[in-house]
Amino acid sequence: MAAAAAGPGPGSGPGDSPEGPEAEAPERRRKAHGMLKLYYGLSEGEAAGRPAGPDPLDPTDLNGAHFDPEVYLDKLRRECPLAQLMDSETDMVRQIRALDSDMQTLVYENYNKFISATDTIRKMKNDFRKMEDEMDRLATNMAVITDFSARISATLQDRHERITKLAGVHALLRKLQFLFELPSRLTKCVELGAYGQAVRYQGRARAVLQQYQHLPSFRAIQDDCQVITARLAQQLRQRFREGGSGAPEQAECVELLLALGEPAEELCEEFLAHARGRLEEELRSLEAELGPSPPAPDVLEFTDRGGSGFVGGLCQVAAAYQELFAAQGPAGAERLAAFARELGGRYFALVERRLAQEQGGGDNSLLVRALDRFHRRLRAPGALLAAAGLAEAATEIVERVARERLGHHLQGLRAAFLGCLTDVRQALAAPRLAGKEGPGLAELLANVASSILSHIKASLAAVHLFTAKEVSFSNKPYFRGEFCSQGVREGLIVGFIRSMCQTAQSFCDSPGEKGGATPPALLLLLSRLCLDYETATISYVLTLTDEQFLVQDQSPVTPVSTLCAEARETARRLLTHYVKVQGLVISQMLRKSVETRDWLSTLEPRNVRAVMKRVVEDTTAIDVQVGLLYEEGVRKAQSSDSSKRTFSVYSSSRQQGRYAPSYTPSAPMDTNLLSNIQKLFSERIDVFSPVEFNKVSVLTGIIKISLKTLLECVRLRTFGRFGLQQVQVDCHFLQLYLWRFVADEELVHLLLDEVVASAALRCPDPVPMEPSVVEVICERG
Amino acid sequence: MYSRKASDSKVLTCAAVWRMPKELEPGSHESPDDSSSTAHTLELLCHLDNTAHGSMACVAWEPTGDGKKVISLADNHILLWDLQESSSQAVLASSASLEGKGQLKFTSGRWSPHHNCTQVATANDTAVRGWDTRSMSQIYCIENAHGQLVRDLDFNPNKQYYLASCGDDCKVKFWDTRNVTEPVKTLEEHSHWVWSVRYNHSHDQLVLTGSSDSRVILSNMVSISSEPFGHLVDDDDLSDQEERRPEEKSQEPPQDSVIATYEEHEDSVYAVDWSSADPWLFASLSYDGRLVINRVPRALKYHILL
Repeated sequence: MAAAAAGPGPGSGPGDSPEGPEAEAPERRRKAHGMLKLYYGLSEGEAAGRPAGPDPLDPTDLNGAHFDPEVYLDKLRRECPLAQLMDSETDMVRQIRALDSDMQTLVYENYNKFISATDTIRKMKNDFRKMEDEMDRLATNMAVITDFSARISATLQDRHERITKLAGVHALLRKLQFLFELPSRLTKCVELGAYGQAVRYQGRARAVLQQYQHLPSFRAIQDDCQVITARLAQQLRQRFREGGSGAPEQAECVELLLALGEPAEELCEEFLAHARGRLEEELRSLEAELGPSPPAPDVLEFTDRGGSGFVGGLCQVAAAYQELFAAQGPAGAERLAAFARELGGRYFALVERRLAQEQGGGDNSLLVRALDRFHRRLRAPGALLAAAGLAEAATEIVERVARERLGHHLQGLRAAFLGCLTDVRQALAAPRLAGKEGPGLAELLANVASSILSHIKASLAAVHLFTAKEVSFSNKPYFRGEFCSQGVREGLIVGFIRSMCQTAQSFCDSPGEKGGATPPALLLLLSRLCLDYETATISYVLTLTDEQFLVQDQSPVTPVSTLCAEARETARRLLTHYVKVQGLVISQMLRKSVETRDWLSTLEPRNVRAVMKRVVEDTTAIDVQVGLLYEEGVRKAQSSDSSKRTFSVYSSSRQQGRYAPSYTPSAPMDTNLLSNIQKLFSERIDVFSPVEFNKVSVLTGIIKISLKTLLECVRLRTFGRFGLQQVQVDCHFLQLYLWRFVADEELVHLLLDEVVASAALRCPDPVPMEPSVVEVICERG
Repeated sequence: MYSRKASDSKVLTCAAVWRMPKELEPGSHESPDDSSSTAHTLELLCHLDNTAHGSMACVAWEPTGDGKKVISLADNHILLWDLQESSSQAVLASSASLEGKGQLKFTSGRWSPHHNCTQVATANDTAVRGWDTRSMSQIYCIENAHGQLVRDLDFNPNKQYYLASCGDDCKVKFWDTRNVTEPVKTLEEHSHWVWSVRYNHSHDQLVLTGSSDSRVILSNMVSISSEPFGHLVDDDDLSDQEERRPEEKSQEPPQDSVIATYEEHEDSVYAVDWSSADPWLFASLSYDGRLVINRVPRALKYHILL
């Protein structure tokens, strides 16, 4: 309808100010004005002239509140061309018609409704008038009823009081009846064995009877009751003493007796005595299992039975006792604790005996499981009877067993080590008979080392069961601390390594006369074993132990370095002893050869004596043997062609100095002087000196000992000319073959020179052999 | 006192009795083995005839008495000689011999100064034996006294059952002859055969050993000596001694130790001995002919005396 006039006229209104430089500012001002005007109800259209959108105050808006037909017509006439005017006129007419018809329809539709509403209101007026009358009537009726009710109450008052009284009398009579019937009821109950019921009746009646006992009739009842009660108590006790029934029934008996007012002290004693009887029976049956019969049930079964039988029983007794005799106070608790302590002690003694039988056996897991059960079972009564200290005692037993196990394992390890040694001895003895000189020495060493290590590991694993998480006693302080550090680490591992070292050392300490009992190869092998322990195995084993048993204890432990030092010392002593033993073997050979021969009457030497060849052979064999286990070691650099070196001492110019003048009486002086001068420039030879861990050092030691013996023996003998020459030949032979074994061949030269010089001194006719001849003989031999 | 005589194809060690020149040391019985002396010559008195018994290994005078008795060891025989007046002739008084398998040879012997000089100890191979000179019978035997050959023996001059031995196992052992299963004490200081062991004549805690490792070692064996708590002054009366004893005990607990090692020798030392005149003086002799005379360290001397 208003759509046509909606658009604002272009440039209409007085506010059509030119679009100047101040175009923006006035627009803002106008906007503010507009808001003010809106407030005061003024038409914005007149003031602003440029409203945005349809303005409600627009007088030209057909549907607006401020529509002004004159203005609207003026506007139409002024603005629109004729055709448009015509159009709007027709449009307007059409709209007016539509509006008229609409209004007529509305009026018709609502007319009936108005009429019916008027009727309804009229009817309501009538009805209300009727209701008022009825209400009045009701009020009067109610007043009458109230009156009646008051009258009835007044009449019933006294009768009500009488009824109440009668009801009280009735109750009292029933109680009295109960009392009179009580003896017979009690008798019946007792006959039927319903002791609980009887005790309840008795309990209910007792107070009343007590109160009215001055009345003769009540007195009689009370007496009857007491007789019956006494009988009841008698029967209960009888049942209690028979003890055939289980602990719960006994507890019930005691409870009833207590309710009957029997003395608690006495009952408590009796109760414990009965419990003792039962538990002792359990103990006896356990003891019977312990008996000498060999197929004793395994320890697990034993502790199971002990746990369920004895410990279970003890738990029941304790629980019942505490429930029944709670009123007894600390004295009663003390009695129970003493009871539990005594029986517990006997049980522990049995368990220990059983466990002691187990000590010899091997299966740790079974033992640990049994101990676990044992300990676990005892924790329940332990909590119940803290005073009896059963849990502590149990823990102690477990600890003791654990300690004994450690000892057992240590013994086992030692035995294993000794067994290994025996095996080695046998192995060493066997191939020697077959003519093969210890080819498997390295293998034997590996075998021994691996078998000992596996034994150690097995022991660790077995002992480790004691600290397993799921074992109930593993979190006890002993098992967390002392067991790991002192027991396992110190006692077992360190103890074993120490004892191993001691065992090995005992081979050195065995006096020389019995030294033959220990094969030298065994000494060598043990020495190498100890050295290996020093370098690797000890730290490995200890690390393993520390890892498996997270040692938390702060107590001091033996450091790895100490053990290593011990092992190294052992290895050194063994090797030194080996050198001594082998040196002794060779030197005995040399000594016999020197002492038994008649050096004055020997023939001119044609050959190297067989014993020297034997010495060289034996030395070579030892060299091979040591080489199997020890590294080569360093030797002093020497000229490459050492074997060709001749005996410079008596082949060169010194020959003159040493032998020629010895014909003259002044010879000893010169000889002494020369030998002294020579010695000034040579190192003192420490014959039995400690050896290093390599082949060369070992061989040097052996050869030193042998040659020194040769020297000393030669000095004790007197030689003929050919005797001297024989010594010369022998020494040259030794020189040819022994230099390669030693660290410093100068040493061999020195000692051999000394031997020949000493022989020359002990010879009344010292004519040395030509060096070339000596060489020829030696090369031929 | 010995001399060696080589016959055609056989070496035989003999023994003879010599007299030392008077001006040297009157009253001295033993004479050194030197065959000749530049200044004085020895006077040969008599030979101990041993042709029937083999080589002489050792000769020992009766330690006290009139010097008429001599023991000599020849191979496996032990011979007791009686010197006639002025020692011009030696008569074989009695003899005994060692029987057993193998060739048994005595290596050394000593005459005990105790028991009225009726005991002699001998060494053969690894065993030490004691003999009664009256019956010429064996009274004790230490089998396997040493691991190897026993080289020398000496009796403690102040403790009658104590005996020292040394041998090729580099050890010096001290024995109580009443219990011969175990040595009382063992020393292992030498690195080669020990050839000689000697107790000091008056202070028996001082023990001297010589070895073929060319060392001489002087040890202080206080714990097994006759003066385990130090020297007790003789003229102190009993109460004084008892007063002194505890405090000395606390001051110097018995402690065995090596006093000194003498390394003057260049070659094996074969003999060591104490001076018979000065108890603080000793000599050692080595293969190269060197004779070294040493004194006990002054500090030790005062320690023992005071």
